[in-house]
Amino acid sequence: MHIARVLGTAVSTIKDEKIKGSKLLILKETDHTGKLLGKAFVAVDLVDAGEGELVLTGHGSSARQTYLTKECPVDAVVMAVIDHLNVDGEVVFRKE
Amino acid sequence: MLIAKVIGTTISTIKDEKLVGRKLLILRQSDETGEPYGKPYVAVDTLDAGIGDLVLTAHGSGGRQTSQTKNSPVDAVIMAVIDHLEVGGEVVYRKE
Repeated sequence: MHIARVLGTAVSTIKDEKIKGSKLLILKETDHTGKLLGKAFVAVDLVDAGEGELVLTGHGSSARQTYLTKECPVDAVVMAVIDHLNVDGEVVFRKE
Repeated sequence: MLIAKVIGTTISTIKDEKLVGRKLLILRQSDETGEPYGKPYVAVDTLDAGIGDLVLTAHGSGGRQTSQTKNSPVDAVIMAVIDHLEVGGEVVYRKE
């Protein structure tokens, strides 16, 4: 899993029939403090995450282990919204 | 999934029989505003995307979860054509 921040949404009408109705979020991976790293990617949202939130994403075939994404052409899902992150006994991120 | 821009088509006569009839598009990964960067790659198009369109591509075994790519030697598929992208509450890309 990766820690990522929700940047926005991707909206599509023409899409594979298996992903009709799925919410697609634009994300960027972050470090353990929530600082943005790397390049943007898109994942199916399973937990109704909102813009600006820090989330956990599952990748590859593990992203198809949910009822919503089983046998779908999907390689990334948002599987959890992060409340807080604790590193070395200190809270380094807390959801507002 | 990655956001990508369609930049061209690949034509091939001699190919694996499971690829016969499949449309192969050349894409470049794009950032969250639709600006392309990086190396081109090729994905199977199941949605009749056009040159200049912004699309979403699923990779790895996720690329074989559509009815057209099941059990095919394929590692990337276009599974959505993007209508618009919204980042920070603003529409940063809209399909023409």
